[in-house]
Amino acid sequence: MVTTSATAPLTPVLADDVAAYLKRRSRWSPLEVVFWIFAFASIWLFPDKYLILKDTAILALFALSLDLILGYAGIISLGQAAFFGIAGYFSGLVAKYGLINEPVIALVCSGVVAAALGFVTSFLVLRGSDLTRLMVTLGVSLMLGEVANRYASITGGADGLQGVDIAPVLGRWSFDLYGHNGYVYCLIVLFVCFVIARRIVYSPFGLSLRSLKGNALRAAAIGIPVKWRLVAIYTVSAGFAGIAGALLTQTTAFCSLDVFSLERSADLLLVLIIGGTGYLYGGLIGAVIYKFLQDWIATLTPQYWQFWIGLVLVVIVLVGRERVEGWIAAARGSVARLGDRLWTRIRPRSAALGGAADGD
Amino acid sequence: MKLGNKRRYLLAAAGAAAMFATVGGARAQDVKIGFILPMTGQQQSTGKQEAAAAKLWMAQHGDTVAGKKVELIIRDDAAVPDNTKRIAQDLLVNEKVNFLAGFGITPAALAVAPLATQAKTPEIVTAAGTSIITEKSPYIARTSFTLAQSSVPMADWAAQNGIKKVVTMVSDYAPGHDAEDSFAKEFTAKGGQIPDHITFPLANPDFAPFLQRAADDKPDAIFVFVPSGQGGTFVKQFVEKGLDKAGIKIIGPGDVTDDDLLNNMGDPILGTITAHIYSADHNSPANKAFVAAFEKANNGMRPNFMAVGAYDGMHLMYAALEKTGGKTDGDSLIAAMKGMAWESPRGPISIDAETRDIIQNVYIRKVEKKNGQLYNVEFATIPNVKDPIKAGTIK
Amino acid sequence: MLTILFDGVAYGMLLFVLACGLSVTLGLMNFINLAHGAFAMAGGYCTVILVNRLGVPFVLGVPIAFLVTALLGGLFERTLYVHVYARSHLDQVLFTIGLVFMSVAAVDYTMGSSQRFVQIPDALQGQFDVFGIGMGKYRLLIIVICGLLTIALQLILAKTRFGSRLRAAVDDQRVARGLGINVGAVFGITFAVGSGLAGLGGALGAEILGLDPTFPLRYMIYFLIVVTVGGTSSIVGPFLASILLGIGDVAGKYYVPTLGAFVIYAIMIVVLIWRPQGLFARSTAR
Repeated sequence: MVTTSATAPLTPVLADDVAAYLKRRSRWSPLEVVFWIFAFASIWLFPDKYLILKDTAILALFALSLDLILGYAGIISLGQAAFFGIAGYFSGLVAKYGLINEPVIALVCSGVVAAALGFVTSFLVLRGSDLTRLMVTLGVSLMLGEVANRYASITGGADGLQGVDIAPVLGRWSFDLYGHNGYVYCLIVLFVCFVIARRIVYSPFGLSLRSLKGNALRAAAIGIPVKWRLVAIYTVSAGFAGIAGALLTQTTAFCSLDVFSLERSADLLLVLIIGGTGYLYGGLIGAVIYKFLQDWIATLTPQYWQFWIGLVLVVIVLVGRERVEGWIAAARGSVARLGDRLWTRIRPRSAALGGAADGD
Repeated sequence: MKLGNKRRYLLAAAGAAAMFATVGGARAQDVKIGFILPMTGQQQSTGKQEAAAAKLWMAQHGDTVAGKKVELIIRDDAAVPDNTKRIAQDLLVNEKVNFLAGFGITPAALAVAPLATQAKTPEIVTAAGTSIITEKSPYIARTSFTLAQSSVPMADWAAQNGIKKVVTMVSDYAPGHDAEDSFAKEFTAKGGQIPDHITFPLANPDFAPFLQRAADDKPDAIFVFVPSGQGGTFVKQFVEKGLDKAGIKIIGPGDVTDDDLLNNMGDPILGTITAHIYSADHNSPANKAFVAAFEKANNGMRPNFMAVGAYDGMHLMYAALEKTGGKTDGDSLIAAMKGMAWESPRGPISIDAETRDIIQNVYIRKVEKKNGQLYNVEFATIPNVKDPIKAGTIK
Repeated sequence: MLTILFDGVAYGMLLFVLACGLSVTLGLMNFINLAHGAFAMAGGYCTVILVNRLGVPFVLGVPIAFLVTALLGGLFERTLYVHVYARSHLDQVLFTIGLVFMSVAAVDYTMGSSQRFVQIPDALQGQFDVFGIGMGKYRLLIIVICGLLTIALQLILAKTRFGSRLRAAVDDQRVARGLGINVGAVFGITFAVGSGLAGLGGALGAEILGLDPTFPLRYMIYFLIVVTVGGTSSIVGPFLASILLGIGDVAGKYYVPTLGAFVIYAIMIVVLIWRPQGLFARSTAR
């Protein structure tokens, strides 16, 4: 459905159709609204879980960055940690040496730095098979880790970056021991990034990505500049991963070589596989499930938690990921139908109230 | 539409402001001790030893002290410092622990230091061994050791016993650098030569090329520091390279002849000389009882210097609670710990009242076979060694 | 200088034995088996139990480790892996990573978390001195065994009936079935042998690489590097890649120790940029 609308010649009438279709698709569904209301409500609902929620929000943003390239452009990567790490160190260093004190500005700058690295390395991942890509991306992040280890006078080497002092956000809200402000900060950043990502994937650009994921050759044949589209999305994804990394450094006031580790990238892949790819929420839901599952099991059995996580993964595959996703989709469908029904009842009233629910 | 947007932004801003409002917490009545240890990953043997020792202490001394019930919480950080920091924060905020303890590697201990200060909660370092750790927060006390503590006596001993030329080989992170620096300074001050300083990555599969490089300098001895758990591979490859036959000795802090691994290393390790703070062979009734109980509770696993660090850490926390009469605020506890002295399985130890670091005997030991088992047999004692870096005895 | 070369070759050979099973499953069966290192670990621990606890001689212990891991591999293949062949690469990665986690925790539980060593006979310790080249006896043994294995594997794949059946089954399963080849059995045997080789590598490598529960995770990257750099279409590719990486790693550490592990990653990236399918890929490789 998507590819046909992109491949057909755009006669004026059809162009209108496509525009309408895009607009219809990009509208926020009731379920999404509920999701975000719940996400923000968690600030008041789970006051004793801020720390893990904060980590979850960062992981979710990080997974979102991978979903952009894996779910929408079909690029499989084990190297997102490179961007996560470089931005983590960048934001830590600018804060440590007082170059950029305002965390929000530092965050954006870190994202830009990571995106720049993404742009440069994107040319490496355009070639080769899945496995080659996996290894090249992994190699890049491991090499950066070695570089950070080498220049220990700047990065602190294996001891981690010490003495990072993060100024209060917007000069008002400092990161407290309870992780409250940290979580709120991360959640807001996650939401903003999510909205941006959503705009990207529902734009014509996003559609063209899907088409070239489906069939790159055909996409090229109808005039989509495959290479540059991939470069663009890879760069954007790197920027998002970078923002996630900078968030981690800012909220923990610390950064160590582990930001570049294979485990970080591999966990990400697991998160995305658990949550599902290609609908943006996969990373978010996967992050919540993975993080809480891990925390719960690790608290029960600190030494052997890996066994149970492993068992869960094996069972997921053996039962069939499609089947699990099918259940999720079915559940989503029924909830969505319920939501739609409620929505249609509320809608006339909310429309009368000024159309606030209609979106822009 | 414009108005709608504006209103929405205002609302969002107000919402954000409301969300940033802070929350507070209250302390519970019982005493909770939160151990953060690497139970998985490369340093997992450290975690296993420490957890076993802490549990052994609880089993031996009961869970009540000064009328308070003590609860032990053990969490895994996989030796990843940002995990450590999050877990520490979680333990402070949600579990409301009265002590943080453990910390398998230096970066983990350092990452938690600002939290200890902020929460005014004692941080008992029972494993990590870099000198600077205790300076990072007034709430840190240490029951493990510092690398300089054993490296400096090692240098003295080497200089007095006909070793003139030494190549240093250390893992590339803070404790390694501490060990190398303090050894090198003391050794050169005593007239020794160090032709080459070699550092290798923390996670390192093959020592052969580094050993080859060291061998090319034809030293009398190689001074080596590797983190707890990696000593075996090093010694194996040392022998395999034939360096033992070439008359080169291994010397160093005792991490390389870790009690936990010693028996698996086989005969080639015999005769290795190290300086360290604890040997399972230490000849005292307290140690014999400790080793026997530890082995019995853990299926024959031999306690190493990490285990004794955790055991003494528990001792320190219990004793501090007793001394304060059950008062659990951080300031009273840390004040109570200062200057405290007792007889540990490793020998007499005390907590330095100024630096909150440990003062202990350092023993020069040689690997020997006893009843078919390999042990570090102590043959010389340097009593009451303070951390040389903080004490300023080396420059 | 030559000693470094020697050490590098030995290290490379070891990498090859550990990784060649992976290259077989990946290249011939198109299956990403990240749990390969777990079989290597199984081989290593099997030798430790046999030699250290039961007193079996080392020369017998190693072949037994090969057989045990091969059996284990075959068992897993029949019961678990067979369900996953047809799945996507992502599913395979997820599934095998899960197995790795389980194996790490299970070994930690049963064998303890500290490093283990195989007690090798005295005759294999120390080194020869030939024209000023120090050759470790044990490393020499590794080179000999691995060299023989490589030749044997290449012969089996290229010359025997089983080899041609395997290649047929890989190229087109349906046609191969139609010709009366029992594809399942062929895959099963191949997988078992691949696992057995990993076990053999683990048994031999325990001495040099160190053996603890995190083994499969620590060396996973190395295996994958060997396979990607070498390409997956033959035995020769991974073999040469292992040697290249072994020498590169050892020489890099010797001459520029401060760069550490940087060298091996740099080699990999350069090779993959230059030849994305690996150094020795057939041009028609899938």
